[in-house]
Amino acid sequence: MSLNGSTARGRRAWLSSRSGAFKTARLLLSLAVTMLGLLMITFVIGRVMPIDPVLSVVGERASNEVYEATRKAMGLDQPIIIQFFNYIREVLTGNFGKSLLTSRPVIEDIARVFPATLELATVATILGVFFGVPAGVIAAVNQGRWPDQIVRLIGLFGYSMPIFWLGLMGLLIFYGKLDWVAGPGRLDIFFEGIVPQVTGVILIDSLLAGEPEIFWNALSHIILPASVLGYYSLAYISRMTRSFMLEQLAQEYMTTARVKGLSELAVIWRHALGNVMVPLVTVIALSYANLLEGSVLTEIVFAWPGIGFYITNALLAADMNAVLGGTVVVGLVFVGLNLLSDLLYRVFDPRARSGEE
Amino acid sequence: MSSASNHTPPSGLAAWLTSETPHSRGHAKCVQLYLGWLSLARNPLAMLGLAIVLILIAAALLAPWIAPYDPISQDLHRRLLPPGTDGNLLGTDELGRDILSRLLYGSRITLYVVALVVVTAPVAGLIVGTVAGYAGGWLDVVLMRLTDIFLAFPRLVLALAFVAALGPGIENAVLAIALTSWPPYARIARAETLTIRNSDFISAIRLQGATAPRIVIGHVMPLCLSSVIVRVTLDMAGIILTAAGLGFLGLGAQPPQPEWGAMISTGRMFILDQWWVAAMPGLAIFTVSLGFNLLGDGLRDALDPRAGR
Repeated sequence: MSLNGSTARGRRAWLSSRSGAFKTARLLLSLAVTMLGLLMITFVIGRVMPIDPVLSVVGERASNEVYEATRKAMGLDQPIIIQFFNYIREVLTGNFGKSLLTSRPVIEDIARVFPATLELATVATILGVFFGVPAGVIAAVNQGRWPDQIVRLIGLFGYSMPIFWLGLMGLLIFYGKLDWVAGPGRLDIFFEGIVPQVTGVILIDSLLAGEPEIFWNALSHIILPASVLGYYSLAYISRMTRSFMLEQLAQEYMTTARVKGLSELAVIWRHALGNVMVPLVTVIALSYANLLEGSVLTEIVFAWPGIGFYITNALLAADMNAVLGGTVVVGLVFVGLNLLSDLLYRVFDPRARSGEE
Repeated sequence: MSSASNHTPPSGLAAWLTSETPHSRGHAKCVQLYLGWLSLARNPLAMLGLAIVLILIAAALLAPWIAPYDPISQDLHRRLLPPGTDGNLLGTDELGRDILSRLLYGSRITLYVVALVVVTAPVAGLIVGTVAGYAGGWLDVVLMRLTDIFLAFPRLVLALAFVAALGPGIENAVLAIALTSWPPYARIARAETLTIRNSDFISAIRLQGATAPRIVIGHVMPLCLSSVIVRVTLDMAGIILTAAGLGFLGLGAQPPQPEWGAMISTGRMFILDQWWVAAMPGLAIFTVSLGFNLLGDGLRDALDPRAGR
């Protein structure tokens, strides 16, 4: 926001004096605007498509009267702005219409497939953090030497490889040739439907039901797609960890810690990394959001019944309700995670709390 | 990148290119370009990237002459031959088409997509960013809010939704990618504009009576260009990967066009027995995006030493 001169300064001071509630209100407002924009985009996409929504409901051979009646019933005869408001009202009440493919409400479908994506993205993020953070630390400590170059190269490969291809090659090697992991899907077919659905996350549900065999089967199914996906977050996380660490390693407190006689291990892994954790948490939240994107292609390759798989299949069947509903949900989660990373930063970093923005 | 000009060098081209007292604007520009090139040339990885990109361009230009076969002519007697078979260096696919030839022709599609995105998205982002940054006020708020909204979507999912609405095809894929990739450029251009707009030379131009559009187009945009170009080079790998992803999903180039992502998609059916059908186009995508990434990193280090570390 650009306000000039003293009024701006005055207003800023006023803003920070009533920080808490005001900031929250402003955050909520900007969130609301973003959401509205999101819906506007999906609405426009829904309107420019060449498929006639009425025709897809009544079928090719419907008479003119039926066609007109349906058109009216669907509210498509009203002005576009009214249609938009109707659309927002529907979405806010969780009504995305019916899927042509499954002939169930889209929202139910999404609730059913979303845990699968969540499960995949979570395991992938865990893997990415587990390997990415140490890799970044090692790279920073050895800046310019060979470990640094190797980490950089691994990251660069991650940014350059088509994820669906990496998935296919993983299937070829680890499933086809070595037979170390299970193939596509979430479970072997004879385990399907045994565990009662509680959370929708099979790794948790199987443990809750006391079925360790199913748990191991699910784990052997998830490990490959999660590794492929995790590789991408590893590339990002290790790069960010490295640059945060470099910043800390140049600080004077590092020397103080060494002078105190602390071991190099403690200096780096406790003191420096400890300070890096704050910005790192936000990076991890962001990479989690980015995995939503990578998961679309990964889910296709591994026939993983998550939201990416759902959207793509709906798309190929010209099932627009499902596509747009899925897009809105993914967008909402994405915005939510971005917001979460912002909030986490404020919670963990005292400077961000007291300073303005 | 030796640039010829109407100035005749006094003592050799090198002396002219490294002159510390350029005679004209054109000369100064040549010197600057040459020095930039020198710092880029010192970086072996960036040179490797440049070589890969040049090979890609050469392959696209020369495809009809260097490809051993026609990319879409089928030969069912020679289907699914492994790499190294006599006459088919990289093997053949399920319809007996030579994979090497298809890759070479496919480079044209890849370059075409990249070129189309590059002439649209950064330009749009540059316009939005400079206008928002220079104008300030409500225009800035509206434009940046719009940018944020587009950034709030995961790119591939939004591109998917666009392609779903527009219908599959290579032009629509390009449009979808362009529509989803302009916001970062707008952000960069705006940030640059904010630092430029209060500088003295802009005030001087304004006092001379230049209009706002003239200042933005003639003086602000050129200064934002270098950071946008660096970002574009870094993004090209992402563009290639997104285009390949759309092709893989069957939403980009349509068969029988030899698009690399679509080739992987057909190769998927034979992945366990005839791995090369999917592996080869993937390697091509990987190599090309690696090349663009290396070149982009090098360009960033050469043009903007602050950003890279």
